[in-house]
Amino acid sequence: MVESEVRLLPDDDRSWRLEAYLRRNGYQAARRALTTMSPEAVVAEVCKAQLRGRGGAGFPAGTKWSFVPKDAAGPKYLCVNADEGEPGTFKDRLVLLRAPHALLEGMLIAAYGAGLRTAYVYVRAEYAGLAARLDEAIAEARAAGFLGGRVFGTGFGLEVVVHLGAGAYICGEETALLESLEGRRGQPRLKPPFPATVGLFGAPTVINNVETLAAVPQILARGADWFLGRGLPGDGGTRLFGVSGAVRRPGVYELPVGTPLRTLIEVHAGGAPDGRRVKAVIPGGLSAPVLLPDEIDFPLDVASLARAGSMLGSAGVVVIPDGTSMLDVLRLTARFYAHESCGKCTPCRIGTSWILKTVDRLRRDGGGPADLDHILRLADGIRGRTLCPFGEGAALPIRALILKFRGELEQAAAR
Amino acid sequence: MSYAPSPAALARIEKTMALYPEKLAAILPVLRVVQAEAGFISRDAEAWVAARLAVEPVRVREVLSFYTLFRRAPGGRATLQICRNISCALAGAEDILRFISEKLGIEPGETTPDGAITLVTAECLGHCDHAPCLQVDGVDHGPVTRETVAAIIEELKAHG
Repeated sequence: MVESEVRLLPDDDRSWRLEAYLRRNGYQAARRALTTMSPEAVVAEVCKAQLRGRGGAGFPAGTKWSFVPKDAAGPKYLCVNADEGEPGTFKDRLVLLRAPHALLEGMLIAAYGAGLRTAYVYVRAEYAGLAARLDEAIAEARAAGFLGGRVFGTGFGLEVVVHLGAGAYICGEETALLESLEGRRGQPRLKPPFPATVGLFGAPTVINNVETLAAVPQILARGADWFLGRGLPGDGGTRLFGVSGAVRRPGVYELPVGTPLRTLIEVHAGGAPDGRRVKAVIPGGLSAPVLLPDEIDFPLDVASLARAGSMLGSAGVVVIPDGTSMLDVLRLTARFYAHESCGKCTPCRIGTSWILKTVDRLRRDGGGPADLDHILRLADGIRGRTLCPFGEGAALPIRALILKFRGELEQAAAR
Repeated sequence: MSYAPSPAALARIEKTMALYPEKLAAILPVLRVVQAEAGFISRDAEAWVAARLAVEPVRVREVLSFYTLFRRAPGGRATLQICRNISCALAGAEDILRFISEKLGIEPGETTPDGAITLVTAECLGHCDHAPCLQVDGVDHGPVTRETVAAIIEELKAHG
């Protein structure tokens, strides 16, 4: 196989079973890690590969694992965040659909590295069908001796439980996920303590996104240098970029970190359909501040998108075509955050619902340009005053929509 | 009227409870089993779950009222979830929603008088490359049109 053609995702939905995964050298990386490497060496290799979290925050995965105290008595947990809910994001769906064993192998390696013996995979309720497939994959892996006790004849074992959510976007936030998994409302916790020391059931816990873990076997199979070389210094590997909205070929594209956003949209996804033009681009799920068509000449990596005033987030790119009412986009964005705010922090609970009410006033008689300033003040009132990143995630895209489309919004409000 | 799960449901509940070191952690899967069998979570079922998990009833209520999947009143035999977030909105989701709403004669959140279909809206179902999309009892459809949606509804009415 040509090195550049190494893929996390097979091309079709039928190659997900263990037999097909083994034909792609599946579980060789885990075997090598568990039988020839120390846990410390595994963590060091993943640190060196600069694998950044694919869930949204972009935190280096190896570093996260290294925070788990080694000498802590009692259980330690791995939680897999499969609560993919960021609007415009559908990449973890494809990992669960096409490569569930890559996820399981990555979990096995992560658990070995960080010394974790039990894993919970938190799958959003709307992906129940995919959770059933994951259960099948787990049964296959157990039967083959890749999960359960004494994996590969070593003293290491891992038990995996699939846990279905029940419809709440906030549970994608790592501490809300822990609360939900413990049987309560999904409301984020104050940090510190961080989950690595006090997490699930009060025990040290690693929480990683599905795609992050599914990328781990590549690192152990081909080495950190190979992985790092595929991406950028400080942000290694390939990523799954989702493209939806006004493009000829919406879908998930597996490309090197650092691929230009314009290339993703215009070359891979085929650009806007005939007769349409790009009006705006959301580069990393709904929480990522919107970009104008002349602002998309950036490489797709965590640092570059931050410099562009937006964020790579979950790498779900949404292309908004001309003719779209940005007031409608603003309404939809405001509605989403007002609906999904968990209610724990007052600035977010009240702020998001006031923003929605103000947007609705804009759309009806009686609203005017001053309402846009009011919304900006409300958004600024949320920022920095919440326990979790949801507050920023709500405030920043709303702020960007107003700053970048103010003229259109004022005109629309005047009508 | 008091609530009791069927022996099969009870077996599933006990199996799922064994997967967690603390009883309360099983609440989402337990409520899922109850709702799958009874169609919704009645007050009696809430009390039963609270007793089974050895927690105060308020622990069950606070979870039920937080997560959108759970129902505290009977719904339709089938549930139609219409995605209306950004990618689907750009592909005409609001038009699809209006069309379904008119065709069924109900608003989102309501159930048809014959008890066949409950219509609800959803935020991003994660099927954005198949926008506009919807889910029927957990099964994804997309991209949908007025025509394909009409066919789905006919099918549900005929076989629901």
